[in-house]
Amino acid sequence: MPGSTPRFVTDSHMRNPRNEGIGLTANVVDHAAIQAAAMSSGRSLWSDARRRFLRNKAALISLGTLTIICLACIIGPWVLPHAFDSADWEAMSFPPSMVNSHFWGTDDAGRDLLVRCLIGGRVSLTVGLLATISSVTLGIVWGATAGFVGGKVDAFMMRIVDMMYAIPYLLIAILLVTILGREFYLVVLTITVFSWMDMARVVRGQTLSLRSREYVEAARAIGVSTPRIIFSHIVPNLLGVVVIYTTVTVPGVILTESVLSFLGLGIQEPMTSWGVLTMEATPWILLFPAALLSTTLYCFNFIGDGLRDALDPKER
Amino acid sequence: MWTYTLRRVFAAIPTVLVVITVCYLLLHATPGGPFDSDRKVSAAVLANLEAKYHLDLPLWQQYLLYLKGLLQGDLGASFRYADWSVNDLVAAALPVSLSIGGIAMVISVLVGVSLGIFAALRQNSVIDHFVMLLGNVGSAVPSFVLGPVMIIIFAIALKWLPAGGWHDFEFRFMILPIALLTIINVSTIGRVMRGSLIEVMHSNFIRTARAKGLPTRVVVLRHALKPALLPVVSVLGPLAISSITAALVTETVFSLPGLGKLIVNGAGNRDYTLVLGLVVLITVLTVTLNLLVDLAYAWLDPKIRY
Repeated sequence: MPGSTPRFVTDSHMRNPRNEGIGLTANVVDHAAIQAAAMSSGRSLWSDARRRFLRNKAALISLGTLTIICLACIIGPWVLPHAFDSADWEAMSFPPSMVNSHFWGTDDAGRDLLVRCLIGGRVSLTVGLLATISSVTLGIVWGATAGFVGGKVDAFMMRIVDMMYAIPYLLIAILLVTILGREFYLVVLTITVFSWMDMARVVRGQTLSLRSREYVEAARAIGVSTPRIIFSHIVPNLLGVVVIYTTVTVPGVILTESVLSFLGLGIQEPMTSWGVLTMEATPWILLFPAALLSTTLYCFNFIGDGLRDALDPKER
Repeated sequence: MWTYTLRRVFAAIPTVLVVITVCYLLLHATPGGPFDSDRKVSAAVLANLEAKYHLDLPLWQQYLLYLKGLLQGDLGASFRYADWSVNDLVAAALPVSLSIGGIAMVISVLVGVSLGIFAALRQNSVIDHFVMLLGNVGSAVPSFVLGPVMIIIFAIALKWLPAGGWHDFEFRFMILPIALLTIINVSTIGRVMRGSLIEVMHSNFIRTARAKGLPTRVVVLRHALKPALLPVVSVLGPLAISSITAALVTETVFSLPGLGKLIVNGAGNRDYTLVLGLVVLITVLTVTLNLLVDLAYAWLDPKIRY
């Protein structure tokens, strides 16, 4: 891959400061050795990035924690003896205890809080996932189009993005929810409308700079077709940025859903989400969903940082 | 500078117009009229009502009338609160939001900038760690968690302050909301100030100032502070927008009768005209604020001239 070799070389220089000052010959030898090493082990940009990511402890721990939370949300409600929407008349507003197997207690309607938190996690994470996928897709298409076409189209499209930034988005989201209703998919749609601009900006910038890179010119010079240039040179180099900004988008999206739900304008009863659960502010009812939500947000932030360091070592 | 100002003002107008238009059209696309109800009114009464609110006119004329009203500062009538115009409701709610938000903004700029300076000058000290911790808390603990936690600690457990409500600008009721908004904003301002001051302190002209033998206090206050404040100014615009989110949450958590509460209740009651009026009002306010921030930035930074 043309993009990976120069990066690899700079990187090795950073790791071996002793190379500096040894002289031209040593450098050339070093170059050849690295090339050979890279060839023999077949190290691409991605395996290099994976190695760097695996060395980042905070990101790894976050990834593990997030996996546990996700698995618990998926499997938990099947294993636990209570349903998320059925009342236990024997135990209303029950503090956490091992009796009755209400491990996290119950709310004032006697519904088991642990199961509700896990179901709420399913909803919050699903909303996060769906809204992220749609807004990332929109952002990539918008940004790549603006970057490729350029000129007046680019100026116009980016003007719209600037406009969206200046708007107090939560208010428009509230207006949309007021008008359209509070169905699950409408909440996802509303969040999508206001989360794609970052991605569009970043992808446009990246596309602009990639369009005039030497290796793209070289590919053009030896007669590679435009679609092949896009798919084998531009898209792989966009992917790094896209992956990083996707991990940054997820927590933002989950947070927006939680705020909407907290204000009573998002997910509706008896369905629940972490935002809805946080609204019911008795101490332990607040504590558990809030802790889950914050942990999830932290994890995404750390993973995002880790990915940025792994995929984009120059911009640290 | 004047041409730049004019250009920025003219660039801001379309944004406001687009928001108003899109929201207005969305509102009209919703099914049902304002006078649909179970109680049947006679055709004559209905016609009179529609004539009073200009609902018998074609859409574009209604839109132009609405714009004309906006230009004269009239936000229209409320759907749900009979005999109240949106203006009346705003007039009652705005002072509450402005006093809370304004005081919180002033405190958080002062505290955030000072904390940022201390953190940057004494890296890895206690204050530095505190600022970084605050930044982390601000980014991962949402305001709707922090608010209830504060209520649990200061109102329920310690019984120092009221858990919420509002009583004629009595200061007791303002402390917790202001504290919540301040914590959220300080986390951002402190982090930005710390980062930019560290960067500025590494630049050449600071080294020169130090080499001249100036004491650190003079180096920081005379030379480093102004360029280091630039990123803080530029972050104030986005911060104003996120403050609106925070204000909605704060006013809900502490049940304050401000704009946020009004809009959340309006949305809950499906009071379309009220929500539209508030969205228009707050959009105009934020766009104006962003404009002022941009102009202040251009004025502070001599490198920016368009």
